[in-house]
Amino acid sequence: MKKLIAILSLALLPLTGFASGGGVHLESANIDLTDKAALQRGARDFVNYCQGCHSLKYFRYERMQDFGLSKQQIEQNLIFGDHKVGELMNTSMPALESKAWFGKTPPDLTLTARLKHGGADWIYTYLTSFYVDESRPFGVNNVVFPNVGMPHVLAELQGVQEAVIEEDEHGNKHVAELKLVKPGRMSVEEYDNMARDLATFLTHVAEPMKLERQRIGIWVMVFLLIFFVLAVMLKKEFWKDVH
Amino acid sequence: MSLMTWIDERFPATKVWNEHLAQYYAPKNFNFWYFFGSLAMLVLVNQIVTGIWLAMAYKPDATLAFASVEYIMRDVNWGWLIRYLHSTGASAFFIVIYLHMFRGLIYGSYRKPRELLWVIGMIIYVAMMATAFMGYLLPWGQMSYWGAQVIINLFNAIPVIGDFLSTWIRGDFVISDATLNRFFALHFLLPFILAALVFVHIVALHKVGSNNPDGIEIKKGPKGNKWSDTAPADGIPFHPYYSVKDIAGVVGFLIIFLGIVFFAPEMGGYFLEAPNFEPANPLQTPEHIAPVWYFTPFYAILRAVPSFAGTQVWGVIAMFASIIVLFLLPWLDKSPVKSIRYKGPIFKGMIAMFVVVFLVLGYLGMQPPTAMGTLLAQVCTILYFLFFLAMPIYSKMDKTKPVPERVTK
Amino acid sequence: MSSQGVDLKKRRMLITATAGISAVGAGFALVPFLSYWQPSARAKALGAPETVDISKLEPGAMMTAKWRGKVCWVVRRTEETLKTLKENTDHLVDPDSEVPQQPDYCKNYHRSIKPEYLVAIGICTHLGCSPTYRPEIGPADLGEDWKGGFLCACHGSRFDLSTRVFKGVPAPTNLVIPKYKYLSDTVIVIGEDDGGAA
Repeated sequence: MKKLIAILSLALLPLTGFASGGGVHLESANIDLTDKAALQRGARDFVNYCQGCHSLKYFRYERMQDFGLSKQQIEQNLIFGDHKVGELMNTSMPALESKAWFGKTPPDLTLTARLKHGGADWIYTYLTSFYVDESRPFGVNNVVFPNVGMPHVLAELQGVQEAVIEEDEHGNKHVAELKLVKPGRMSVEEYDNMARDLATFLTHVAEPMKLERQRIGIWVMVFLLIFFVLAVMLKKEFWKDVH
Repeated sequence: MSLMTWIDERFPATKVWNEHLAQYYAPKNFNFWYFFGSLAMLVLVNQIVTGIWLAMAYKPDATLAFASVEYIMRDVNWGWLIRYLHSTGASAFFIVIYLHMFRGLIYGSYRKPRELLWVIGMIIYVAMMATAFMGYLLPWGQMSYWGAQVIINLFNAIPVIGDFLSTWIRGDFVISDATLNRFFALHFLLPFILAALVFVHIVALHKVGSNNPDGIEIKKGPKGNKWSDTAPADGIPFHPYYSVKDIAGVVGFLIIFLGIVFFAPEMGGYFLEAPNFEPANPLQTPEHIAPVWYFTPFYAILRAVPSFAGTQVWGVIAMFASIIVLFLLPWLDKSPVKSIRYKGPIFKGMIAMFVVVFLVLGYLGMQPPTAMGTLLAQVCTILYFLFFLAMPIYSKMDKTKPVPERVTK
Repeated sequence: MSSQGVDLKKRRMLITATAGISAVGAGFALVPFLSYWQPSARAKALGAPETVDISKLEPGAMMTAKWRGKVCWVVRRTEETLKTLKENTDHLVDPDSEVPQQPDYCKNYHRSIKPEYLVAIGICTHLGCSPTYRPEIGPADLGEDWKGGFLCACHGSRFDLSTRVFKGVPAPTNLVIPKYKYLSDTVIVIGEDDGGAA
């Protein structure tokens, strides 16, 4: 009878997979958090193209040492203005004014990879999914983030995309396909890699201690397994007394 | 004079050691279900220690709270580990306690003379829920804020005093810094009251002695065993046998618990919810508000009950009733036997149904409301209450099996 | 049940092994809780070395900077001042800076890297007030023998222009000289030297 309860309970478990909302199809970013070169490029690209508006206000510049940059390299190449390497990566964009300019203050991006469903995939797909939309204030829209307030900052690099809109039986419109109608300075592959580098960097920034926690975790598991064997042996030895 | 003699002349150390450990006789047939009491104590200690440590760096201020959590995660040495231990521990606490309560349910550990033991345990459960609810507001994320907003707004449904009560709890007209600060103070306080209740719980347990999977009262059976002529024949000293068994239990539990802490602390968004990685925004409601998983069965019951006579208060009443009815369990079970092992097919079927219903309600509580889901939740709510309210009838008419004289394996 | 010798030995061994591994585990578990108390990355960032531009400092003048929340002085001494420093010896408690209140490279009569510039932490070693700069010769309240230095208003401690403490005052030791170094002739960084940051 108890087995039946157990089986029934376990059988229901997979249903919990439906817990989080689905929605837009996301492309796989296939990031590799151990790829230090990708993280360095991502950091460089973020500082050059994103930090003008977006802060990483919980992340310190000096933490870039974790993926192989020296303090000097960080100070000389990745800090614009008069900031020390130990400081948090704030943005110079004023919050109140930017709300007036964009409709919404460009959000801080430190935790985006943990907040958005899909994490790295969301960021990667977002960066590659801007398309022309004359009805929007900045002339662009985004498949992953409908009616986003952000202009396509990287349009010069990616180029311009147009959306092929399709309608289903109920009259709901959706973007079926994106076509590159005007190439940018980068090839499709180059831009793709840039988007991936940024997704890698932002995923790292969202949880910088992730790889370390997994590394320590392995040692903890090894220790506990040995401990467990010993504890069970101790228990069995004492329980020889009990009949 | 030895040190122990000096101490014993001034403090009943050896007496307590003997009465409650070395010469406290527990039934020798404890199984897997009997690990969860000691595990619950372990998790409580974990929550208190990691909680105090977090409080050394956390700021209970609406403008500072969210950032202070990220400060702990990133800037404070090992802060991330303390935080994950605390967040995983909260969920682990409920998993362990639900299994601990389930053990009580199936073996009739709430039956006479253990009714008070069960009631004290239920008080601990309610204190745990209050602690967890208040603790969840502290990170001041979107889900923290809106979850608290929705649940406290429930009190509005109470006629006459509803609005006053909600405002009084919040200290403001909406969830605000005032609420956050007082919830922090109470969240810090309650665990110590909980610890005192656990002490009382164990005092009550030791007065009557532990139950066991066969539901047999070993104190009423033959006397005399290997260790003592006067102790129950089917009893064994807690120390060293159950202390040594519980050590193995603790290590086994830690493998799972720390496995989660180090490899999957978010647990697919169930232990650390994604919407909470964004600071609370009173002007923007998240698409989907749900309580943390351990509250969802009761949330499902709350939502299942429709509005009637212009008020939603019936759902609120049903939700509280679903917890109050648990307090009554000792007086609802009229079966001549305690343990599920010797109960008849009706009781076994009802328990199986109860487990399924509880899990289904839990699942439904996580989903956005749908017509189908609400109907299913209503059916499950009725079955939930039926399990308890019909128990005096079905427990009496059930065909039980003969209970053995001595405990079995 | 007889207690066979083998059984007891095995039990003792298992108990010892389990106790041992528990102690090791507890030791490891303790590390994060103790380390948690150490200065966080934020504390270290706020306490990071402070860069000071001394290009505009006139001879005889003093400027203040802040490092780790503490008042730091930079004083540009003159040739005459440096001469008088050598004459103070008999009146000082610790003229040769034997007590380690300064980095090794400041263990000299001018207690600095370059004699011309003094860098010191402006906190009295008595009870923590911040002394006043008294460069003038022979003022009324300090007597005609006063050749310039620092006076602490709280309890009257006096220090010379190398912040060495005079005899007969409450303060026991010379003022602290922090780690520092020259990035160039006009820029010093307090809190860091070639041995690394403080």
